[in-house]
Amino acid sequence: MCAVRGLTKTYPAVRGRRGIPATPEVRATDDVRLDVRRGEIFGLLGPNGAGKTSLVRQVTGLMRPDVGSVEILGHDIVRHPERAARILAYLGQESTALDELTVSLAAETTGRLRGLDVRQARHERDAVLDELGLTPIAGRPLRKLSGGQRRLACFATALVGERPLLVLDEPTTGMDPVARRAVWSAVDRRRAERGTTVLLVTHNVIEAETVLDRVAVLDKGRVIACDTPAGLKEQVAGEVRVELVWRERAPLDVPEVAALRERAVESGRRWTLRLAPDEARAVVATVTGGAAFAALDDFTLATPSLEDVYLALGGAARQGLVRV
Amino acid sequence: MSVVPAEVLPGSALAVDEQPAREAAELGPRARLWPSLVAVYRAQLSRARVARIPLLFVATFQSVGILIMMRGVVDGGREAEAVVAGSAVLVVAFVALNLLAQYFGQLRASGGLDHYATLPVPPAAVVLGAAGAYASFTVPGTLVTAVFGCVLFGLPLTHLWVLAAVIPLAGAALSGLGAAFGLLAPRPELATVLGQLGMSAALLLGVLPPDRMPEPVRLARDLLPSTYGVEAFARTFRASPDWAYVLGDLAVCAGVGVVSLAVATWAYRRAAVR
Repeated sequence: MCAVRGLTKTYPAVRGRRGIPATPEVRATDDVRLDVRRGEIFGLLGPNGAGKTSLVRQVTGLMRPDVGSVEILGHDIVRHPERAARILAYLGQESTALDELTVSLAAETTGRLRGLDVRQARHERDAVLDELGLTPIAGRPLRKLSGGQRRLACFATALVGERPLLVLDEPTTGMDPVARRAVWSAVDRRRAERGTTVLLVTHNVIEAETVLDRVAVLDKGRVIACDTPAGLKEQVAGEVRVELVWRERAPLDVPEVAALRERAVESGRRWTLRLAPDEARAVVATVTGGAAFAALDDFTLATPSLEDVYLALGGAARQGLVRV
Repeated sequence: MSVVPAEVLPGSALAVDEQPAREAAELGPRARLWPSLVAVYRAQLSRARVARIPLLFVATFQSVGILIMMRGVVDGGREAEAVVAGSAVLVVAFVALNLLAQYFGQLRASGGLDHYATLPVPPAAVVLGAAGAYASFTVPGTLVTAVFGCVLFGLPLTHLWVLAAVIPLAGAALSGLGAAFGLLAPRPELATVLGQLGMSAALLLGVLPPDRMPEPVRLARDLLPSTYGVEAFARTFRASPDWAYVLGDLAVCAGVGVVSLAVATWAYRRAAVR
């Protein structure tokens, strides 16, 4: 459905000016190879600045790659970027083009610009707003809505005028659980009825684990892994994550705790450890008994998440991914 | 949360690599020029209702203020005609040139153009739709200013209908320039500065009577497209207007409009794909 080969894009170095420091040359995407199959929800996961948005901008024809090819449903998007608009619907992170329109007019105008006639555009507008529960706020300008509602309204515009591929850049940012569910059931309905494919950018690990069929993990513009969420998690199946939260500070006078320190990722009072299961059991036994327990505020023991996969794969952002 | 496995979907391909040799899928429809132009125009006009009304008041009060100020300096005759025509066209310059430059500058800087660039809409429809809407915003303000000026300076209202040609043609020329400024300026602040400068030029060179200007300033005045709108309008206050000159001036506006809108469309294309 969508094949990406050797996609490379480098942002040139920027010379520093007064008040603006110079930035070196940045590889936004580095020899990216991906295959998205028809009807799947394919995710791009990675920390801020990993190159996710740069990659989808090249897939949607908004940015020309330096090298490489993008092919969607048999069309060469690098050579004919204008064809992308006739194959896919794109939900970017910005809504400035729609901010001062009412929800209803934003959806209708987008439908008309996607080639629908007035009657069709209005019909689809009503159906989509109804499906997403936006009808009660259809007459309000996007600017006056809350962040999550505005995001949902923008998502609605992406659905007016059917497309076989939806490219969604962090579609659920700021949404409450009801709105999120509306988004994913709208996506599922289109998948079941028409075989719609979704390319999803996210840095939300929990969402990635629940909605994606397959996920590519991006780091510094490179794809460092690509598999199903379960398949990726198997790679680190031998590990357990232990999180310890100390009351004030870690009791380093306890020798076992002092020995753990070099293996822990410290963040304030919180220590995060990735350990083999029996090691984890021993650690829990140590901290829940004796002198260490008095200093302990809370602890959790968890099976690996995609975040652990990302860190195990050598992701650069040591603080891990954002968990919402 | 997804309950449908990819494998059971209608027509789904199981192979990881689809053969690129496969026949290309049919493309969705292209949006045609006129319907999409109308859709953009309508959307932009509704934006004005939400966000631009205060600015339209500012534009009108500014011109009315200038008229009142100039009343003390100019007694009547040719000079009064220039002042009234200049103030009326200034409203067009404020909205079509200055505000449109700011709008496109901000849209481009914030990534808002991506929305249009990922829709199968002709670039001309986006530029012309927005330019047309901004030119339309100027109609009430220009009319109010023109009527107020005529009453204040005792000029005849007979040929005010010529505004029906002056507003769209001067509007085309100035909004084309505004759109081009907004889309070409590398930073949004620069687009704002260019829009402001363009409007200041229209104010100083358009409202002040030309007879007292030094030669280089008069040359600059001749280079400014709004001047021709002002001249065309001013000529119609005479007892028997020379319609050939009026048409000539309007033709210059139209020509500049075509060129500047073409440049703006090119600039839009360039800004949309980076």
